[in-house]
Amino acid sequence: MIQRREFDQNLEDLRQLLRQMGEHVEHALTDSITALQTFDADKAKKIVERDIILNQMEEQVMDLGSRLIVTQQPVAKDLRRIIVAFKISSDLERMGDLAIDIAKVTIRLEGQTLIKPLVDIPKMAELVVTMVQESLQSYLDENTDLAYKMAKDDDEVDHLYSQIIRDLYAHMVEHAGELQQAMLLTLVGRYIERIADHATNIGESAVYLVTGHRPDLNQ
Amino acid sequence: MTPIIHIESLNLYYDQFHALKNVSLDIPEKAITAFIGPSGCGKSTLLRTLNRMNDMIPTTRIEGSVLIAGSEIYGDDVQVEMLRKQVGMVFQQPNPFPKSIYDNVAYGPRLHGTKNKAELDEIVEQSLRQAVLWDEVKDFLKRSALSLSGGQQQRLCIARAIAVQPQILLMDEATSALDPISTLKIEELVQELKDKYTIVMVTHNMHQAARISDRTVFFLNGEIVEADDTRTLFSTPRDSRTEDYISGRFG
Repeated sequence: MIQRREFDQNLEDLRQLLRQMGEHVEHALTDSITALQTFDADKAKKIVERDIILNQMEEQVMDLGSRLIVTQQPVAKDLRRIIVAFKISSDLERMGDLAIDIAKVTIRLEGQTLIKPLVDIPKMAELVVTMVQESLQSYLDENTDLAYKMAKDDDEVDHLYSQIIRDLYAHMVEHAGELQQAMLLTLVGRYIERIADHATNIGESAVYLVTGHRPDLNQ
Repeated sequence: MTPIIHIESLNLYYDQFHALKNVSLDIPEKAITAFIGPSGCGKSTLLRTLNRMNDMIPTTRIEGSVLIAGSEIYGDDVQVEMLRKQVGMVFQQPNPFPKSIYDNVAYGPRLHGTKNKAELDEIVEQSLRQAVLWDEVKDFLKRSALSLSGGQQQRLCIARAIAVQPQILLMDEATSALDPISTLKIEELVQELKDKYTIVMVTHNMHQAARISDRTVFFLNGEIVEADDTRTLFSTPRDSRTEDYISGRFG
């Protein structure tokens, strides 16, 4: 249909914007963990500087989505595509902020050495990067099975987070002088766990887009 | 919601053309039901079967059943004038009679036997109030109806239709000839009227159906594709043809 050509193109533009935001978040998360593992404060600072790009992309999603609602008065799945774009861009923007929070821990620890080798944090981060990728893919491909599969990984993330807390608390008891770094590392665990929650939100949005019903994948 | 109109296996032919194909539908009482669909889909034809307007087309043939408040309107003993008192209609173009505002509204009640001046005055005032026109015309009731604006004329036609206290009000694209402000006024009026009347409207404006109707029926090629609560039909339609139509992919 001729009258839909521009509308369909704009909906595709929204989708591509979210894909780019997802890739940005994925890199920010991977880089922030690498920076922490290698205590690379310069790399961490670059992650913080790049955040403005993600914020700008979120604004683009908001502007384009609002314009489409006003000019096209979408209904049914077209409307859900836009509602979902708003929600996913907001989740991705928050995930980007959390990746920055991780980078800021590295910046605060500049000049120190690691109190213990990081084992569970990178493992957890690796799992969450996969969740971020799969949540975005479930949205892009409108694949609800993938959304549900991805959400199941959140249990493993929660399990690893509990493990990290236990280990670091035990470390704090034995090494009171390393309290600050141990506290900051528990926060890193918390940030990664929150990113996983936003990934499950994106999975929920994917299911909502396809079915019109919003499941609770965070249970 | 209780159905006041029950349509069962209705087939309508204009000569050889099969305009309505095995249509079955319940229309709830005191609610707004919108018929949508592309041109030629049968929505106006079905609307016109509800007060037997199709009787005027000689080649029309109808099979099936239409019950209004439990009575078959295509029965042999049905008085069509009484049916049209029970089932009023408002058309696309405002069509006031070339008479005074007062006489337009009093026309139906007079036709049905009301002669008492005080009684007629009361009916005219109440009908114009219900049509949200009273305050604009109360000082000029003797003025010609044709002096009113298009939007006012359409509200006058609604007042004229409800002056005979119908149960059902049919609206055939009743706002499509009006400007946006007049359209908004009619939409607000229709939503108020549904407390007293059952309203069935045909509209080409899907967003109007989405805004004001309680139920929406989607027609295609003489058949009902989907009938559902308006909110459901416009958010999660069951049939892909409905989704394609409301999303502007055809029609």
